[in-house]
Amino acid sequence: MTKFVTELVSGVTHGSVYALIALGYSMVYGILKLLNFAHGDIYMVGAFIGYGVITIFGGAFGLTVNVVVLLVLMFLCAMLGGGLLGVMIERFAYRRLRTAPRIAPLITALGVSFFLENSAQLLLGADFQTYDTFDWTNTPIAVKGFELAAGVHVSIAQSIVIVGAVVLVVALTVFVQRTQLGKAMRATSFDREAAAMMGIDVDRVIVATFFIGSALAGAAGVFNGIAYQQVWPYMGFQAGLLAFSAAVVGGIGNLPGAVLGGLVIGLAQSFSIGYVSSTFSDAIVFAILIGVMLVRPSGLLGRAAVQKV
Amino acid sequence: MSGAQDPPVPARPDEGEPEVRVGVDDWVATHEQRQEQRGGPLGRLQRELAGAPRPWFYAAFGVAAMLLPILTSDGYVIRVGFDTLVYMLLCLGLNVVVGYAGLLDLGYVAFFGFGAYVYAMLSSPKFGLHWDTLLVVPLAVVLTAILGLLVALPSRRLIGDYLAIVTLFFGQLFVTVFQNGESMSVLGFTRKYDVTGGPNGITDIDNFNAFGLRIGSLDAYYYVALAVFLLALFAVYLVDVSRTGRAWKSLREDPLAAELMGIPVNRLKLVAFVVSAGIGGLAGTLFGALNTAVFAANFDTPTLIIVYAMLILGGAGSLGGVILGTLVVNVSLEALRTPGHATWIFYILVLGGLVAKVRPWRWLVAVVGGTIGLGYVLTAIANEWFPRWTAGEPTISGWLGEWLNQWVLHPSNPQMIGNVAFVILVFAVLGLTLVQPWLRWLAMIPTLYLAAFVWQNRLVVEPSITRLILVGVLLIVLMNTRPQGLLGTARVEIA
Repeated sequence: MTKFVTELVSGVTHGSVYALIALGYSMVYGILKLLNFAHGDIYMVGAFIGYGVITIFGGAFGLTVNVVVLLVLMFLCAMLGGGLLGVMIERFAYRRLRTAPRIAPLITALGVSFFLENSAQLLLGADFQTYDTFDWTNTPIAVKGFELAAGVHVSIAQSIVIVGAVVLVVALTVFVQRTQLGKAMRATSFDREAAAMMGIDVDRVIVATFFIGSALAGAAGVFNGIAYQQVWPYMGFQAGLLAFSAAVVGGIGNLPGAVLGGLVIGLAQSFSIGYVSSTFSDAIVFAILIGVMLVRPSGLLGRAAVQKV
Repeated sequence: MSGAQDPPVPARPDEGEPEVRVGVDDWVATHEQRQEQRGGPLGRLQRELAGAPRPWFYAAFGVAAMLLPILTSDGYVIRVGFDTLVYMLLCLGLNVVVGYAGLLDLGYVAFFGFGAYVYAMLSSPKFGLHWDTLLVVPLAVVLTAILGLLVALPSRRLIGDYLAIVTLFFGQLFVTVFQNGESMSVLGFTRKYDVTGGPNGITDIDNFNAFGLRIGSLDAYYYVALAVFLLALFAVYLVDVSRTGRAWKSLREDPLAAELMGIPVNRLKLVAFVVSAGIGGLAGTLFGALNTAVFAANFDTPTLIIVYAMLILGGAGSLGGVILGTLVVNVSLEALRTPGHATWIFYILVLGGLVAKVRPWRWLVAVVGGTIGLGYVLTAIANEWFPRWTAGEPTISGWLGEWLNQWVLHPSNPQMIGNVAFVILVFAVLGLTLVQPWLRWLAMIPTLYLAAFVWQNRLVVEPSITRLILVGVLLIVLMNTRPQGLLGTARVEIA
């Protein structure tokens, strides 16, 4: 039972990170019908920005500021940086291809992803860097924590990830449901041409979508760092792929679906590590995914797409 | 015996009309007519070339490729030639599924890897099997084709992006399984079997041997690869001009319309997958045999992206494009490994790009002259007041190296400053696409110099990363400017 609850908590933590990345995938797909493979690399950049903030303030072993201030700064910088990067990618790589055959933006996205990963390796080196939240001066947030149940220890870092993800998801939902820009987003996602005819500035909506989605990915990078320490240039591809599977499992283009999918993937991963095999956990996740895709291509919460001619 | 009474053969109703091609718009369709109007010897040559049957070009390529081991005895060059041929074969298979049938298969390198692993398992000390090559290679091809069928069977109903997703996962699944296959248990039994060698791969793979003959030398492998590639090329060409080829292309252009025309869409998708997987597996056996070792990491996403870059550069759907794209990409990637060659390629490419794109001529002269002048001015200033900025040395020697030493700043410790300059360069290049033409040419001068600075101080030092960065840039730029590639036909999406 203890093991089960521990795996559950770990799965939800992982799942929260995936859910945040998946939201961005799903938002962009909903509006542009584009699989933005570069999204995972925005997550990587966010993680490195967070690492940079730690380094600026003295590094893990000699933090010169209050931990709360540090965390807030990390999130602000990572979200802003991720968001701006996403907007730049949209402007320079994807905008001209909106009317091109579908294969063109997809391959461009692969190219952008490849460019970002390798540029990061050029600039930052191929080594693993670590947030070292075990050793943060005065407040080792990965160690301190509370007992959830008998023998189940939940660290502050894990709680930050889960609570933070919930806050961001709620904020996003409110934004999409209640604000004018959110409404414009939903309209654009429903039918871009019709939305443009109704006077919606589609370009602005797309830029906003990329900014918000990428900011969430940036935040996910920091969350991942404080809960799992390590950042490296190629972290984006695998995580991006898993998050993307989350979006697909939930029903791509569907925001609650992305969150649900993220949790499913996180739990599947964590339980297969705990109970089946740690080396094959990714293989198990991919197998589940291929299964879901084949049985229910529109995902758990998605509606079957009706192709109109 | 024909008499004068025979009635004249009536003209076909469409005789003399330009041939209408699927999915090609007016401007593209009249391309040939416009070309015919071009006069002079150049126009004539162009017409002659356009009129020649395509197999002639392939034969010409074959003859040229055959000469390579005769012209040089440098093992490195022949080795690169062999790799290029294997990549061509790989690209040929991808061309069938992506270029002809229009199915975005992102798990393609898994077939390449599967073929290589099958060959490795059946002819290496791994399981003590040393089967005859004439048996193993066809078996590997057939098994890979069956794997392709297994992937395609459930995915054939998936359209567009969903197909890309499932195949991408399949590719990842392949790498994960083979990377961790050193201790597999069957159905949960506790006994573990080492099936794939895990991260250590399978080594000591046998050379090709058939009829008691063992193919050991590099030259022999080169000729085998060439023969295999030419055969496969010819076979794919025959399919291309056949009913199946036309059906694939109609499927690519509009699956719905194709289905309405009575084309068996599902079956054709399966065939495309199977054929491409088989060719991928064939390429894998060649790869395994010469390298005498296979590792799962060889068949991961970077390989996939490089093969896509080759296909896209040449032009998806064009066989000549497969040859040209692979040649350009693989040879450049190979040349980028040596700083001397890489530097030459870089400056020639930049200069060529400027000559091709900057118009009118006086702007070209101004940009090139301005950049060179700027370099001398900056070096002079640095020599006078900031000697640390010229304390470094270029990585290459020769007159180019000497000239670069006088023209580009080489700081004594270039790592940090080179990184900053790289980031500024990216922003500067992106910014150039936004501004008005006159400002663009003006701003190009410092940007070009910055590019040279970054290249000399940072990129040329890290060739293995630089090549991959350049592949990424190539894909982005190509898709944004010329998505049909070098030899492909421009397609127009009809909404």
